[in-house]
Amino acid sequence: MSTGKKLFIKGNEAVAYGALAAGCKCFFGYPITPQNDIPEFMSKAMPKAGGQFVQAESEVAAANMLLGAAACGVRAMTSSSSPGVSLKQEAISYMAGSELPGVIVNMNRGGPGLGDIGPSQGDYFQSVKGGGHGDYRTLVLAPGNCQEAYDLTMLAFDLAYKYTNPVLILGDAILGQMKEPVSVGEPIAVDEAEGGDWKLTGAKGRPYRILKSLHLEEGSLAEHNLKLAAKYESMRGEVRFESFETKDAELVVVAYGSIGRIVKTVVRKLRQEGLKVGLFRPITLYPYPSAALVELAQEGKRFLTVEHNMGQMIEDVRLSLCGLADSAFFGFPPGNMPTPEDFEQPVRQALGR
Amino acid sequence: MYQDVIIAGFGGQGVLLIGNLLAYAAMDQGLNVTYIPVYGAEMRGGTANCTVVISDEEIGSPIIHRPIGLIAMNRPSLDKFQARLKDGGVMIVNSSLIDPGLAEKTRIKTFMVPMNQIADSMGNPRLVNMVAIGAFIQASGAMPVETVVKSLGQVISPHYKHMIPQNAEAIEAGAKAARG
Repeated sequence: MSTGKKLFIKGNEAVAYGALAAGCKCFFGYPITPQNDIPEFMSKAMPKAGGQFVQAESEVAAANMLLGAAACGVRAMTSSSSPGVSLKQEAISYMAGSELPGVIVNMNRGGPGLGDIGPSQGDYFQSVKGGGHGDYRTLVLAPGNCQEAYDLTMLAFDLAYKYTNPVLILGDAILGQMKEPVSVGEPIAVDEAEGGDWKLTGAKGRPYRILKSLHLEEGSLAEHNLKLAAKYESMRGEVRFESFETKDAELVVVAYGSIGRIVKTVVRKLRQEGLKVGLFRPITLYPYPSAALVELAQEGKRFLTVEHNMGQMIEDVRLSLCGLADSAFFGFPPGNMPTPEDFEQPVRQALGR
Repeated sequence: MYQDVIIAGFGGQGVLLIGNLLAYAAMDQGLNVTYIPVYGAEMRGGTANCTVVISDEEIGSPIIHRPIGLIAMNRPSLDKFQARLKDGGVMIVNSSLIDPGLAEKTRIKTFMVPMNQIADSMGNPRLVNMVAIGAFIQASGAMPVETVVKSLGQVISPHYKHMIPQNAEAIEAGAKAARG
């Protein structure tokens, strides 16, 4: 996927490079910290790639522009951070209802409300439970490092078209602002026929198409919801996660994104002391890697969920483990920068050491 | 191989640039590296800092509360980070701006480097950051000084290419100061 040169870039830039490599041709942005590097980069890159960059008048507008580009079968993306992503939810719901592919990036910052500009995982619920109205799901990918930010953004475009569904990249201010070496490749050639059986190209020589989320005819919406539910169920196969030192672990710490990698430092340190602790890092947050957690529970492991919020993913961990095991929880409040020291004591406590 | 360092100073002293320089040097050697700056609502005249982590293994946390390396280019940086430095850690103190009496000397390995004086003596006060990174590379033994010099072209824009030799000299001067 990424075989070319190595660049030393921010997670935000890695997302932008990944979008370019995936053949993104439209980007709709609106400024908000800590994701500004993405629209800044795309404002230069899109015209060069033969695409369009629009600085929209608001996040609401940017998200609806994404809907429009998607309806034309163009690979397109928008990015924002928490308060801005809240504003995009109406359009995301319409995209899900209309079965349109698009990529939405959220570099999560502190909340609720305007919160702060620092890192947070407070948007977990909004991301995985459907932040807008109605019965819908978006695929949610949570990179833990800059290379993953690149690779998963490429994947996001493929998944969006595979399922004709919005795909969310959920990072945070740590991932967005940190730099790491990233292998990047040349843009892929997007199949011109992609979306050929639904995209709006002008109805010359064929029957017209309507892309809509309104279903007023009797039975039509129920049928539509059943179809969508089946589609969401079929996404199960896309599950991704990382298991680190879980094999002989007594305690498995469940953590995603930047917090996952910070916990990894703690796991390494405690392993050097001979403590049997491992890390389970979900990479897809929807679909959630429940089956893998169940396997670990069946092996008799105990669990601790660590998040940079007051307790959100813990609900999915408990749903996954239902009846088999429980998970302790440690929530690090948004508003502070987490370090390994912040998680060491809670992990020791959960281990009973 | 593992090395981390917090580089801190006034905004404008070039701490983010030398953080990037160190990171590029590590990357050019095939090592894993993370760099994270503080960003956002910093005040002019306040402190700027970044954290660089270098390892031959996969890097977990890019954020370090208790580092093994510290470059303190001004007094607020010393006040903020000195106590966090791990026992036996390496600290480079800008003795041009910081009273040497404030620096711990037994718990950690402290190197007093008159960064501003050295830069001024080279005819360019803006070289102060290069003196600092030269001293740190020498004192920590994180990598050969030449590898950092070789990576200068990655952080200095082509427009200022003619400044590379002078920056290289400042790195060497910093290293020399740390050798004592």
